[in-house]
Parts: sequence; C-alpha cells; structure tokens
Amino acid sequence: MSKEWPLWEVFIRGQHGLSHRHVGSLHAPDAEMAIKNARDVYTRRNEGQSIWVVEARHITASSPSEKGPLYEPSESKVYRHPTFFDIPDDVGAM
Amino acid sequence: MNTLHEFALRMGDNVLVLGHRVSEWCGHAPVLEEDIALANSALDLIGQTQLWLGLAADAEGSGKSADDLAFLRDAWDFRNALLCELPNGDFGQTLMRQYLFDAWHLIMLGKLTSSSEERVAEIADKAIKEVSYHVERSRDTVIGLGDGTEESHARVQAALDYLYPYVGEFFVSDKVDEAAARAGIAPRLEDLRGAYDLAVAETMSEATLKLPESEFAHKGGRTGSMHTEHLGHMLTQMQWLQRAYPGATW
Amino acid sequence: MYAQMVKSTGKGVKSRDEMSPEEAAFQDRIDADIKIEPKDWMPDGYRKTLIRQIGQHAHSEIVGQLPEGNWITRAPTLERKAILLAKVQDEAGHGLYLYCAAETLGVSRDDLTEQLLDGRMKYSSIFNYPTLNWADIGAVGWLVDGAAIMNQVPLQRTSYGPYSRAMIRICKEESFHQRQGYDIMMKMAQGTEAQRRMAQDALNRFWYPSLMMFGPSDKDSVHSAQSLAWKIKIDTNDELRQKFVDQTVPQAEYLGLTIPDDNLAWNEEKGGHDFSEPDWSEFFDVVKGNGPCNKDRLDARNKAWEDGAWVREGLLAHAEKRAARKTAAE
Repeated sequence: MSKEWPLWEVFIRGQHGLSHRHVGSLHAPDAEMAIKNARDVYTRRNEGQSIWVVEARHITASSPSEKGPLYEPSESKVYRHPTFFDIPDDVGAM
Repeated sequence: MNTLHEFALRMGDNVLVLGHRVSEWCGHAPVLEEDIALANSALDLIGQTQLWLGLAADAEGSGKSADDLAFLRDAWDFRNALLCELPNGDFGQTLMRQYLFDAWHLIMLGKLTSSSEERVAEIADKAIKEVSYHVERSRDTVIGLGDGTEESHARVQAALDYLYPYVGEFFVSDKVDEAAARAGIAPRLEDLRGAYDLAVAETMSEATLKLPESEFAHKGGRTGSMHTEHLGHMLTQMQWLQRAYPGATW
Repeated sequence: MYAQMVKSTGKGVKSRDEMSPEEAAFQDRIDADIKIEPKDWMPDGYRKTLIRQIGQHAHSEIVGQLPEGNWITRAPTLERKAILLAKVQDEAGHGLYLYCAAETLGVSRDDLTEQLLDGRMKYSSIFNYPTLNWADIGAVGWLVDGAAIMNQVPLQRTSYGPYSRAMIRICKEESFHQRQGYDIMMKMAQGTEAQRRMAQDALNRFWYPSLMMFGPSDKDSVHSAQSLAWKIKIDTNDELRQKFVDQTVPQAEYLGLTIPDDNLAWNEEKGGHDFSEPDWSEFFDVVKGNGPCNKDRLDARNKAWEDGAWVREGLLAHAEKRAARKTAAE
C-alpha cells in the first residue's frame, strides 16, 4: 500500500469578524493543496473567507471541545438550500 | 448572421461540453478531496453554461431556452472547441485538458469583462472569479504530476502530447469572431496567443514537461464544420431523456 | 441504516457491579450526556464498535455516490444536472467527514478503504440496487435519504464528539437531498403517462429495500442493547422503520402513487400504520454479496482506487521534493 497523504485540520474565519474556527479535517499532500482542498470541501468555495490549515500531527491537544461546525454554502448554488424546493404543506416535514 | 448569438453559443458550448466531461468523474476520482474539487469545477461550468446559452437563446429571439439549446441540437450545431469534447482518459489527461482550457478561459474572460455588450461583460465578471480558481488548481495539479514520480511525469507528458494539437483552434478567427471583434463584443482571438503561450510555457517548465514542437492545430469544433467522433456519443447520453420523451417537463 | 447490523463487542451490557471504576465513570459521562472526545479513556469495545459503525457509514456514503452518479450524465435539464451533481458531491463530502471522525479513533482512511475494497467491511444494502429510470433519482432522494435522515437526526446526539459533529454537518446538508428527490417525484407524478409510470416503477422497486435499510428487528439483539447503552445508537430499528412508514404514506398519497403493499393500513389503536415486512431472506442475500449490483459497486470502487494510485503517489512525491528543495534553500 502506498503512503497516505497527511491529515490536516482546517480552520475557517467567516465573514462576520469571528475568529477562525475548526471545521473539520482532510487529507492533502502539502499545505498549499490542503488550503485548496479546504476551499473545495468545507466552503464549497464561498469567497471572502480566510482558511488556516495545520498538519494534524503538529497539534498538541488537551481535549477538543469545538461544538457546531460552520457551513456557508456558496451563494450561487441556491439549490443546496432545502428551501429552494417548494414542498406542499400537506406532505409534512421534510 | 447573428453575431451575439453565435458568439454566446461558442462560449456556452465550451463549458457545457467540458462541464459534462468533468462531471463524468463524480464518484470515481483518485481521492475524495479531488472528487469533490472536480465536482465543484463541473458545477461552475454548468452554471456558466446556463448563462451563456441563456444569452444565446435570447439573442436568437426564437423563444428557446438554454435547455433547448443544450438538449435538442445535434452535433453539427455545437460550437465548442474540440479540446473540450475529448475523452477524459486518465486523471492526468483530464487535468491537462482542464489546464489548457482554463489558461485560455481566464485570459478570454479577462478581456470579455470590458465587452461592449453588457450581458457578455456581466457573465464574464461572474465566471472569471470561478475560473481564476480553476486555473490555480489545474495548474498546480499539472505541475505536481509532472514533477511527481516517473510514472506521473510520463502520463501527463503523454496527455500534453495528445492534447496540445487541439490548443491552436482557440486562436484562429473566422467570420463570426471577426464580426464579434469589430463590434467590440469580444477580443481578436489572435491577440490572446502571446499571453497564453507565456503562461503555458511557464507552467510546463515548472512541471518539467516538454511542449510539443509542431505548430499543427486541429480545428472544426468552433465552426461546427468537423467535430470529433466523441461528441456524438456524449450527446446520445446527455440528450437521451429529452429526445426519448419529447415535450415532457422534468 | 447506513450502518446496518453493526456488531458490538462483548457479550452484553455489563451491570454496574461488573464494571471497572473506569468503565463506570465512562458510563456516568454518557448517561449525563457529556460527549466522549478522542483523548478520553474509552472501553475497547466502544472504540471498536464505533470504528465499525462510522466506517460502515462512511463507506455507504462513498458507494452511495454510484447509483445516483449513474444518472449525472443523463440528467434531463441543466438545472437537474447541477442539482444531482451537487448532491452526489455532498455524499463524497459526508464520506470524508465520517472517515475523519473514524480517524480520531486511531484508524487511517486508507486502512478503512482497503477493508471496504476487499469486502471485510460492509456498506448499506440499499446501494446494491440499481437506478434504472430517471424517477429512481427522485425515489432515492425521497425514500433512501428520507430513511437516512430518520436515523441521522437522532445520531447528532450520539455520545462520541467527532461523530456527533460530523452528523450535525451532514444533517444540515441532507435536508436538501430529500427535498430535491421529492421535487423530482412531484414533476414525474404530475407529468406524462410515461413519467407517471417511471415514478410508480421507482416506488415499487425502492419501497422494500428502503424498509430494509433500518435492518432486521433488533428488539432482542445484545449488540443493539450495548450500542443503545453507549448512545452510539439512539432508537431501535423497529421504531425508526415505523416512523419512516408513517411519514412516507401521506407523501405517496399526495403524489398519487401506490405503495406496493396490500397490507398497508392505518391502525388506530397503535397510532401508526400496519405494513408488510420486507423479504428478509433477500436482505441477507444482498448483505452476503448477492444483490443486483454488489459486484459492480465494489468493482467500481476498486477501479477508482487502483487507477488513482499513481496520482496520489505523484502528488505526494512532488510535495516531498518541494519541501526538500525549500529546506535546501534555507
């Protein structure tokens, strides 16, 4: 089996001046590709965000405590939002 | 001749056909992160298709929709460059095709943002944001594979040798292109070659790849005079439902 | 569900008296709804069961790309193509989040992948059924994602932190999936004669496999009892299946489609529908590898993995060369 790409932790700052937050992890051959992959995986490429990546093995942890992930779907892809689909009330929760 | 219609078709068919090709990878890429990234590129290209073919349909004024143009024309009416319809091959060939297209696309869209035709400029404004990222990604991948292992180098070199003869078509004007240039809708295609050659040469050198020496260029896609055999097969899939069940809404 | 019949280790749920002090403290945390995080102490069985469950869930997302991906190149409009592609892409993303959650338990994604590819690990039985007409894409979103959501919403409260966080993100994205499916079904049900036929055909083929997704009745299963105690399973299979049927019946009625079950009827007394059990012998055949698409699905995953090896190696080699050049220059 060939060698696996290293694991990176991804931190993203949204548009409202909040600090970077941990949003998840991914694999990439190096830091540059990790940034690109983070854009593709965790923001579906919404512009105006700042991304940090840190190789997971460089993180010293007591115990992770981050709760809610941040997710901003790309603005032009409205169909990613459930409300894009008009479902009649009779049908019930969906 | 309806210059705006013809021009929008050429832009739209490029991204329709290439977006379709890239979407074929979904679920089959070498690693999850690449699968997701390829799907993003394909989604952008399909989105751009809706804009360009929407404009083409409006300019024609016959009440057709972007979908009508995508799903109800036969191969001879397609106006994409041949490069876009070539098969995916391996991942290296797909990314090399993507880079060779993206590099042109970025330069072209840059010029189109100052088009005399407002709707063209608007579409270019939106698309160029997406395409600047596409080219960054495809360029890095081509460099990574070129400079990677012996095998990856050999594979992307073979891809470059196969695809490069399809690049020239982007820079050869016909009557439509000349009319578009005269009207200020689009730049003269020949004028884009210098910047393109410079960018591609730099990328290939960083990728340790050798550009083919022959200047030969296949053509016929953008004018519709002669597509490859591959396009017809793509259309039989893409258009099948619309053709088999005419008049249905989906 | 996406993780069907996950066997927990051990012989059954330990009583308080049988637990070591560590185990008791661990169970206390779970009972108090305090999340377990990667660096916390956990029983070996908890770790192993979670790896199996999250791994199987992740594999299901990845293999689940294939039946729907089967229609991306044939989607009937540009918008449908974009929506379907975005959805199948989301599934890749969900698989990725889940593999990352499993990785916090000390297993690598490559290792899990190898186990999927050589058949040691399973994925949901539902993805071994084919998508044969365009309405199948609607039915998969409506029924398969509907069933998945039923299971995944409670899993947001699961005891393992990284799994819970992955499920929260997934659930946020998943609602669009079910809605786009139902949206297709509405178009088809209101469409031409041929489209209605496609819609009914899709419902006929996907109804029982969807019910199977929840797994056989587990009211007597020791594995389920342990998983429930550890809060890595929240509801029993039968509870979820009942909920799914009760939710889906009026949705089918709205579409004017017929659920292929003569025994389906409202039972006032229990406040839910009576319905026929799926053919469990078929289910076990599919799980054993004899479903209509088992071989095709695994072949496709193996091909993608093998064909992609040179790409993964090439890009890594470049990254290493570049790092070495950078170090040399410093």
